[in-house]
Amino acid sequence: MSGHVHRDDFGSRLGMWLFLVTEMVLFGGLFIAYSYMRYKYPADFHHGGAELNATLGVTNTLVLLTSSLTVVLAIVAVQRAEKQRAIAFLSTTLVLGVTFLVIKGFEWGAKFHHGLYPNAPHLATMPPGEQVFFGLYFTMTGLHGVHVIAGLSLLGVMLWWVVTDRIRQGRYIHLENSGLYWHLVDVIWIFLLPLFYLAA
Amino acid sequence: MSSHVTPEPSYLVDTGTRKGLLAWLTTTDHKRIGLLYLYSMMTFFFVGVGIGFVMRLVQLTTFQKLVTAQTYNAMFTVHGVIMIFLFVVPGLPAIFGNFFLPILIGAKDVSFPRLNLASWYFFVAGAILAVLSLFTGGGAPDTGWTFYAPFSLKTGTNVSLAVFAAFVLGFSSMLTGINFITTIHRLRAPGMKWFRMPLMCWALYSTAWIQLLATPIVAITLVLVILERFFGIGIFDPAKGGDPLLYQHLFWIYSHPAVYIMILPAMGAISEIIPTFTKRPIFGYKAIAFSSMSIAGVGSLVWAHHMFTSGMSSVATMVFSLLTMVVAVPSAIKVFNWVSTLYKGSIDFQPPLLFALTFIFLFCIGGLTGVMQGALAINVHIHDTYFIVGHFHYVMFGGTGMALFAALLYWFPKMWGKMYNKKAIYASWFPMFIGFNMLYFGMMILGMMGMPRRYYVHLPQFHFMHVFATVGSWFLVLGLIMFFGTLLYAIFKGEKAEDNPWGGVTLEWTIPSPPPVENFDVIPTITRGPYHFDQETKS
Repeated sequence: MSGHVHRDDFGSRLGMWLFLVTEMVLFGGLFIAYSYMRYKYPADFHHGGAELNATLGVTNTLVLLTSSLTVVLAIVAVQRAEKQRAIAFLSTTLVLGVTFLVIKGFEWGAKFHHGLYPNAPHLATMPPGEQVFFGLYFTMTGLHGVHVIAGLSLLGVMLWWVVTDRIRQGRYIHLENSGLYWHLVDVIWIFLLPLFYLAA
Repeated sequence: MSSHVTPEPSYLVDTGTRKGLLAWLTTTDHKRIGLLYLYSMMTFFFVGVGIGFVMRLVQLTTFQKLVTAQTYNAMFTVHGVIMIFLFVVPGLPAIFGNFFLPILIGAKDVSFPRLNLASWYFFVAGAILAVLSLFTGGGAPDTGWTFYAPFSLKTGTNVSLAVFAAFVLGFSSMLTGINFITTIHRLRAPGMKWFRMPLMCWALYSTAWIQLLATPIVAITLVLVILERFFGIGIFDPAKGGDPLLYQHLFWIYSHPAVYIMILPAMGAISEIIPTFTKRPIFGYKAIAFSSMSIAGVGSLVWAHHMFTSGMSSVATMVFSLLTMVVAVPSAIKVFNWVSTLYKGSIDFQPPLLFALTFIFLFCIGGLTGVMQGALAINVHIHDTYFIVGHFHYVMFGGTGMALFAALLYWFPKMWGKMYNKKAIYASWFPMFIGFNMLYFGMMILGMMGMPRRYYVHLPQFHFMHVFATVGSWFLVLGLIMFFGTLLYAIFKGEKAEDNPWGGVTLEWTIPSPPPVENFDVIPTITRGPYHFDQETKS
C-alpha cells in the first residue's frame, strides 16, 4: 500500500542484529540445560565426550571458520564491484557449508551405528548422565545443523542476487545481513565444539 | 490542527491496484495490519469467552452432564492457550502498537512493513494450528496451558501440534518486537527525542525487548517437548536422567516475563488516556518511562515464584520471593503517578476514562494479591487453588483486558472515523464490572476456602460460591456482548467523529479521522514533550 520507497541500511542492520539476539537466546536455553546437566553428571559427560570424534569436530570448526572468511571476502568484493570474485567466494562458502554438513552426517551415522541415539536399546543401558549427554548432543548439533541449512539457503539466494545484479556495489545490505547470520552459525559452533567434543 | 486542503483518501479506502479482501490480505500499511490483528484476535477472544462460560456452567452441578471430565480438562487447556497466546500476549502491541506507534512518533510506517504483514501471517498460521490441534491426533490437549513435563510428554492427546502452534505464535511476537525496536530507534520524527515520546511508545519499547529476550526461551523449550515426544531425547524425562523441574524453569523464564508483555502496553495506553481526560501533563513522565524499563528488567528475574512448591532449594525460594516483592515497586510507581495526574485535573468523564479507572481499580486488586502470593507462607497455602485463578484474571482481564477496552474506546473514533453511543457503553459497564467482581472475587474466596483449580467436581461446601461466581459470569458475558455490540454497530452506523473528539494533544489527534494512508502530509517537527495542554488552550 505505502507507495513511498524508504531505504534505511542502518535500520536493516539493527533489525538483523536484534534477530541474532533472539537466535542466541534460543540456543541460550539449551546452554542452560547443558550447564545444569553437566553440573549434575560431570563424570558421565566426561565419558560421553570421549565417545565423540574430536578430530572430525576440529576439522569441521576449521571448515566453518574458513567459510565465514570467504563470506567477508565476498562482501568486500561486492563493495569493490568485483562481481566474478564475489561469485567465486560465495560459491566457496556454499561448498564449505555443504562439506560441514557431510562430515556431520558421517559423524551422526557412526553414532547411530554404535547405538548411541535417543531411544536406542544400547543407550538405555548406559548411565543416565550419558543418555542426557547424547540427548543434548543430538538436539544441539541438530538445531545447529538446521541453522546451517537455513544459512546456506540464504546465501544461495544471495549468490543468485549477485549473479543477477540485485546485489551490487552500493546496494549489498542483504548480503551483509546474510553474512551476519552465517557468522552467528559459526559462533554457535565454536561454543558447541568445546562443550561436546572437548568435554573428555 | 492540520487543515487539509486536498483531503488525502483514508487508509480504509482501497487506493492500490488490488481491491477488497485481497487488498487487505496483502497490505503493508501498519494501520490495516493493526485492524487485521484486531478482527482475528476478537474472534478468538469470543471463542475463549465461550469456553470459559461453559466451564462455569459445568460447576453448576445440574449442568455437569454438558461435558465429560476429559473434555473439561481439554477446555481449561484450550481456554488458556487461546486467551494467553492468541489474545492477551499479542493483544495491545499487535493492535494498537501497530496502528499507533508510527503515528505517535511521527512516522509513515514501521521500519519493516513487509515483515509486519508476515508477522500477522505467522499469527494466523499459529492460530490455525492451535485450532487443528483440537480436532486431530489424540484429541484436544489436556495438560493445562503450561504443558508441564512429564505429563505433557506422556499424554496421548495432541500436545505436539498445540505446542508447535505456540512456537509459531512466538515467532510472530518476536518479529513484531524486532520491528518496533527498530522503528523507535530509526523513525522518530525530527525533534522527537526519547523523552518527548508519548508513554505508549516507552511501554511498547520495553515490551518489545521482553518479546525479544524471553520468547526464544519458550520457543526452544517447546521444541524440546516436541523432540521428547517424537524421539525421546530424555532432557525432561527422569527415567532417562532428565529433570522435569528444568522444564518448569525454562517455561517460566519466558512465561513470567510474558505477563509483563501483556501488562506493559496496557499501562502505556492508560498513560495516554489519563492526561487527555484530565487536561494535565502526566505526573512523573520520566518515572513512568523508567518504571516500564525496570519492570521489563526485574520482571525477567522473578519466574520461579510459580514454582515455590515444586521442590526448589529454600535459598532459591527466598531469593525469588524477594525479587517478586521488588517488581511491585515500579508497578506501584505507575499507579501513584496516574492518580497524581488525576488530582486537581479538569476531569472530563468519558467512556475511555471510565474503563481506564476500572483498569486501575482491578489491576490494584490483581497486583496486591500477587504480592500476597509472593510471600512464601501464603503461597504454599493457596498454590494451585482458585485463588490463583482469580488473581491472574484480575491482572490479565481486569488489567490488560480492561485497558484494551479503554484503548479501543479512546482510539475508536481515530481508527474508524466514527463515534459510538456513549450511553450504551456506560450501560455495558455495569453488568461487566459487577459480573467481573462476582466471578473472580468469588474465585479468590473459593481458593482461600481450599478449592483446587482445574477440578471437574467440587465438594458441597464450595457449592454456594461456585453458583455465585457462575452467576457473575453471566453478567460479565452480557456486559461484553453489549460493549462489542455497541462498537460493531458504530463501525457501520456510527456518527462521523471529529478529528480530535477528546481534545488530545499527541500526534494522532493532529491528523484526520480515519488517518490517510501515509499518516502525515508533511512529517511534523517536534519541539516539546507529549502532554502540553496549557499551551494548547492558550493558542
